[in-house]
Amino acid sequence: MQSLTNRSKIVAKKEMTFTERLYLPAIFSGMLITLRHFFKRKATIKYPEQTREFSKIYRGQHVLKRDEAGAERCTACGLCAVACPAEAITMVAAERKRGEEHLYREEKYAATYEINMLRCIFCGDCEEACPKEAIFLTDRKVDSLYTRGEFVFGKNILVESLIKEKQVDVTVRETPDVAGFKKHKEYAHNIVK
Amino acid sequence: MPKVTIDGHSIEVPEGTTILQAARLIGGDIVPPAMCYYTKLKTSGGYCRTCIVKVSKGSEKDPRPMPKPVASCRTMVMDGMEVQNTTSPDLLESRKAVVEFLLINHPLDCPICDQAGECHLQDLGYDHGLVKTRYEFKRRTFNQIDIGPHIKLHMTRCILCYRCVKVAEQITDGRVHGVLNRGDVSEISTFIEKVIDNDFSGNVIDVCPVGALTDRTFRFKSRVWYVNPMNAHRNCKKCSGKVAIWLKADEVLRVTARKDKWGEVENLPDGNAGWICNECRFEKKNIADWIIESPRQIDRHSVISANHYEDLRSLKLDISKPQKQISKK
Repeated sequence: MQSLTNRSKIVAKKEMTFTERLYLPAIFSGMLITLRHFFKRKATIKYPEQTREFSKIYRGQHVLKRDEAGAERCTACGLCAVACPAEAITMVAAERKRGEEHLYREEKYAATYEINMLRCIFCGDCEEACPKEAIFLTDRKVDSLYTRGEFVFGKNILVESLIKEKQVDVTVRETPDVAGFKKHKEYAHNIVK
Repeated sequence: MPKVTIDGHSIEVPEGTTILQAARLIGGDIVPPAMCYYTKLKTSGGYCRTCIVKVSKGSEKDPRPMPKPVASCRTMVMDGMEVQNTTSPDLLESRKAVVEFLLINHPLDCPICDQAGECHLQDLGYDHGLVKTRYEFKRRTFNQIDIGPHIKLHMTRCILCYRCVKVAEQITDGRVHGVLNRGDVSEISTFIEKVIDNDFSGNVIDVCPVGALTDRTFRFKSRVWYVNPMNAHRNCKKCSGKVAIWLKADEVLRVTARKDKWGEVENLPDGNAGWICNECRFEKKNIADWIIESPRQIDRHSVISANHYEDLRSLKLDISKPQKQISKK
């Protein structure tokens, strides 16, 4: 058969020399390699006591942020769902009623918002598509669960807590453009008298 | 018949044709965008000025160029006229300024707006690369007016194209809809906040180029690019009954008139415009009410026409071209 790569070697069953038949040099050189590894840096860590340092922009479990006043930022515009290459995001929008202004920032909000964590590939496209700075990927890992159904995360898991201490800090993930934009209060649109 | 040349493409058109109509007959990229002009509404056009073109040669008899850009929707062609649209960088610059002016008071709440995806202003802004706003002042706001259970008015999004007013004037009888006040504070409104209850008042939704007038029965139900448009009809005593229904699975989320690639209502076989009545538009939300003809092809340069593969023939042609090139190599 013609070889595909020109890298194949023809194996020859050559008779061993005397030193090779002694085996001892080969054993010692092998032991030397093992011995050298005692003094090298270990590749593993003692996990529960020690944890690895995460990258600043590690992409783990999502969070739906609230604004400074505690209202949900998400307006169910559907851009994350359309950007999602794995089609993991679904949502149903609803209209904000009178008296719910403290719960939802804008006229429209997501009544249900679900991410299928088994489908999600943690690419961060949703975060990039979001025009409202609502969805972020965080450095939290997705828990192990027992059934497939449990991996469809709804708003009860995704929306961050109202308690300030329990909220996830995502300032490192906010782009400089956004930070600059937020400084100007006069750019705030959507003001309905 | 007068012969007009637009961006190097010549066409002979009947007397009294506007430059915009002549450009649409040629088709393609050279057609100026239009926000207020609407073929099916008399006296429309001339408000928004997005359709401006440069006339570099007035006519055969008087070849002087016109001193300023002209609104192509209101300017008739002359024999031997030469028009520049995309070939003139100056003109594109001034159109960019027009778009910027249109967006000055626009709230840019596209994530909330139901029109997003089929919005002409969105396309216009996108085409002219206006990524950022330079406007630093407070945007114009209005008191919200309730204009009935079927139509939602968002005055902040309005660009004052007057199309809805023309619909109220020409298609419905007993006009209760118009523009109040002047200049920066002018607003469309039904007089004394009257509820529009005419059978054809729902057509103001279809003519609105932005999200100022939207369907209340479709409000926040779905983004337009997730719904499937279908041609459908029913026996209707008031209108032709020929509509486009927008489906999500078996659910009729909204009903609109059939629109052509300029975003205007299509003509019926008898030559009349296919306006639809409010009963068809707002009350027939059961799939059993309709006889579905075929999937509707959306031939528009916008998000809404993404992911529709109805025209499989054209898709095949697109693939075959590069294939042939490859096989030649």
